[in-house]
Amino acid sequence: MSSVLAAVEERVTLAWSVLAGVEDPEIPAVSIVDLGLIRFVKAQPDGNLEVGLSPTYVGCPATEVIRRSVKEALAKAEVGGFEVTNVLSPAWTSDWISAAGRRKLLAYGIVPPERTVSNMRDILRADRSAPACPRCHSVDTETISEFGSTPCKALHRCRACLEPFEYFKCI
Amino acid sequence: MSAALPEVDAQALFRYVLRLGDLSLILGQRLGEWVGHSPALEEDLGVANIALDLIGQARLLLTYAGEVEGRGRDEDKLAFLREQGAYFNAILAEQPNGDFGQTIVRQVLIDAFQLELYERMADSLDARLAAIAAKSAKEVRYHLRYSSGWLVRLGDGTEESHAKVQSALELLWPYTVELFAEDDLDRMMADAGIAPRLSEVHAAWVRRLDPILAEATLRRPTDRPHAWHGKRGQHSEHLGYILAEMQYLQRAYPDARW
Repeated sequence: MSSVLAAVEERVTLAWSVLAGVEDPEIPAVSIVDLGLIRFVKAQPDGNLEVGLSPTYVGCPATEVIRRSVKEALAKAEVGGFEVTNVLSPAWTSDWISAAGRRKLLAYGIVPPERTVSNMRDILRADRSAPACPRCHSVDTETISEFGSTPCKALHRCRACLEPFEYFKCI
Repeated sequence: MSAALPEVDAQALFRYVLRLGDLSLILGQRLGEWVGHSPALEEDLGVANIALDLIGQARLLLTYAGEVEGRGRDEDKLAFLREQGAYFNAILAEQPNGDFGQTIVRQVLIDAFQLELYERMADSLDARLAAIAAKSAKEVRYHLRYSSGWLVRLGDGTEESHAKVQSALELLWPYTVELFAEDDLDRMMADAGIAPRLSEVHAAWVRRLDPILAEATLRRPTDRPHAWHGKRGQHSEHLGYILAEMQYLQRAYPDARW
């Protein structure tokens, strides 16, 4: 492998490790890589790196903050020239949250989504199993609101320990 | 990504994309009126979140419309500096909120429409619209789950809640006809493979809606001939009030940024 190619590969690797340290502003427990928001990092013919970034929800105000954080982090780490591209297709899905991301969410008190995005049950409100309480693990929980403090979350409450908790919406 | 962009007149595509974007924008703005006034904090959150998603859709669509038009208008210029007659949303979106039940009825009708439309538009030959549609369909699915859940609760609730949503359904139903009334522009987009046939969307919409209405113990009103042409820029009196509020700041302080 030529040294030029090796250098590019090193920059891509560096970019990934930098991005793994960029937090979601609303959910500081998980990085944007854990959430599956970084779609690719690739070298363009002109030597610049292209970073593909997807929004979770099209109206999510955090998207702008995340874009800024990505740019700042990459500039600070001196990965060389880069640009950040908005990637809409294929659309982001909560299925792309990594296993590590799911563990971190749960530890933070947010129940990660079921892995059943395209399931008709979800669309038709039928027969959805209640998420278990992240604190006492009881499955005797109820939905307080289908929506929450950010576009990606819903509000639930545990009937056993009576604590409210958040659930990461499945889309 | 734009390799397979079909051949249509840019002005026509511009107007068509505005139809989609304006529907989301105006409905989102309407829903925003509930913030701080909903029957419960949870519904405040719900309605505001749906509004946020809709404004997000509108941003993508208006940005694209501006690029198609090619005259340097961005999403903000299109949202804040167009006159009423240059808005192309179907007038169902601009109908007043009424009580919470009436808002829910309007929401179910439009959620189901957007869902059936966007799911099909995800296969559009226009790659940009296909991407926006596929993304939006996911969110709209969730909106419909929320709105249809409320419709069932209210319709199959007390005598009073049932009567209220049934009469809201009678009130708003006539406006749904416009959503599916295919005109030259709709036909052109369907012929070019950019948009699905509205007749197909309509059939799917009825199939989607009927079980929800049945569960809500509501009677589906019959279609009547309509005389609404919001899709061509002829609006009800309500749109002007919405725009007056929405555009006030940009009109009073042109080019204000913050």
